[in-house]
Amino acid sequence: MGLAKRIIPCLDVTGGRVVKGVNFVGLRDAGDPVEIARRYDEQGADELTFLDITASSDERGLILKIIEDVASQVFIPLTVGGGVRAVSDVRSLLNAGADKVSMNTSAVSNPDLVAESSHRFGSQCIVVAIDAKKTGEKKWEVFTHGGRRQTGLDAIEWAVRMQQLGAGEILLTSMDRDGTRNGFDIELTRAVSDALDIPLIASGGVGNLAHLAQGVLEGHADAVLAASIFHYGEYTVREAKEYMANRHIEVRL
Amino acid sequence: MAEIAIIDYGMGNLRSVAHAIEHVSPQSKVTVTSDPSEILGAHRVIFPGQGAMPDCMRELDSRGLRDAVMRSAKEKPFLGICIGLQMLFDFSEEGNVAGLGVLRGKVKRFPQDKMFDSSGEKLKVPHIGWNQVETCLSHPLWEGIEQGSRFYFVHSYYAEPDDEGIIAATSRYPFRFASAVAKGNIFAVQFHPEKSQSAGLALLRNFSAWNGAF
Repeated sequence: MGLAKRIIPCLDVTGGRVVKGVNFVGLRDAGDPVEIARRYDEQGADELTFLDITASSDERGLILKIIEDVASQVFIPLTVGGGVRAVSDVRSLLNAGADKVSMNTSAVSNPDLVAESSHRFGSQCIVVAIDAKKTGEKKWEVFTHGGRRQTGLDAIEWAVRMQQLGAGEILLTSMDRDGTRNGFDIELTRAVSDALDIPLIASGGVGNLAHLAQGVLEGHADAVLAASIFHYGEYTVREAKEYMANRHIEVRL
Repeated sequence: MAEIAIIDYGMGNLRSVAHAIEHVSPQSKVTVTSDPSEILGAHRVIFPGQGAMPDCMRELDSRGLRDAVMRSAKEKPFLGICIGLQMLFDFSEEGNVAGLGVLRGKVKRFPQDKMFDSSGEKLKVPHIGWNQVETCLSHPLWEGIEQGSRFYFVHSYYAEPDDEGIIAATSRYPFRFASAVAKGNIFAVQFHPEKSQSAGLALLRNFSAWNGAF
């Protein structure tokens, strides 16, 4: 026995509420962030990830309040991403109670932000999120701005570069699979995870418990992230862990 | 009212530690502080740490806190967390810096060439996530915590004490390393009790009631 594979429910947050989109568009309301965080904690979630998908800057402060509220009631690691543009954003999220901060678009437009923040706060709290889309045989490209902008960057090379700049983990989302419930892009997940020395969190496409196990067993992911299968009560985190344990995956039960 | 000082030297998220202590010990007064007199006046002291050890040592000294830490580590219930454990030792391979030398031994990096599990799969560094903690000393801080409980870790370096007798628990990644050490009034853990749900809260509750003896 040793280190457990992690199950991480993801909460997309806007306007102070948790929502879930399909293929990056079409949002449905899924509830109150603090209430949902508490429920996942009780079910045995290993960490929680909050993605602030708020477009307007005047609502940005809401996420800090949510994180403060969650951090005073839930004692597991919290990751927050979305709209992180400067070292000062990283600092305010950490001060609000986040344990890790995730950056995506800003890592592409300003890779120094990854280097500076990991130098200042430690790589253990810097997660780089990569949205990747298949563009050819064994080839995936990085997209930014919530999947709207093509960057020309190769996803595997980009992940390795982020590791070199000081990222502590990579959160990899397959844009082809996100919201489809057809399972992770296993080929992509494995290619990126095997290229890295740092942990990889797989995301995008989970529709059932078998998908979670596949992400670990076939995709070589160190952690799996999912949203909708947990939000709408189809499965609890505990059921997901029991399913994985039955497949000889080490989990925290 | 018993006072618990959490030493603030500008590194990392100390609010989580404070929240967790307040949650399990409402009768304690928790202060996050970089004032040496507050640290020396408290009944119990928590020495946390995140980031890189050379930065932590530099920040500690630049705030003039070394003396308060050393004195607290001699005389009152003292809990080191993560880099707070590592800094107690003589030396760290991270940046090749000297630690506080309160405990004999050094801090080493997980060697990339040995990071494979029993089936040959690559193990990632940092060691991030929930690992089992096998206690090997009977200690008041382990009270009510089951053998092999999982705690949350995030680190690339681990301590190797000269005296194995101070090892209070080990974890495996892929070899056994010291995940907790205990010596007199000092208890220090490599994992994050403040992020380790019920097992972590139990440890913090035990600390908030500990008189420093074992």
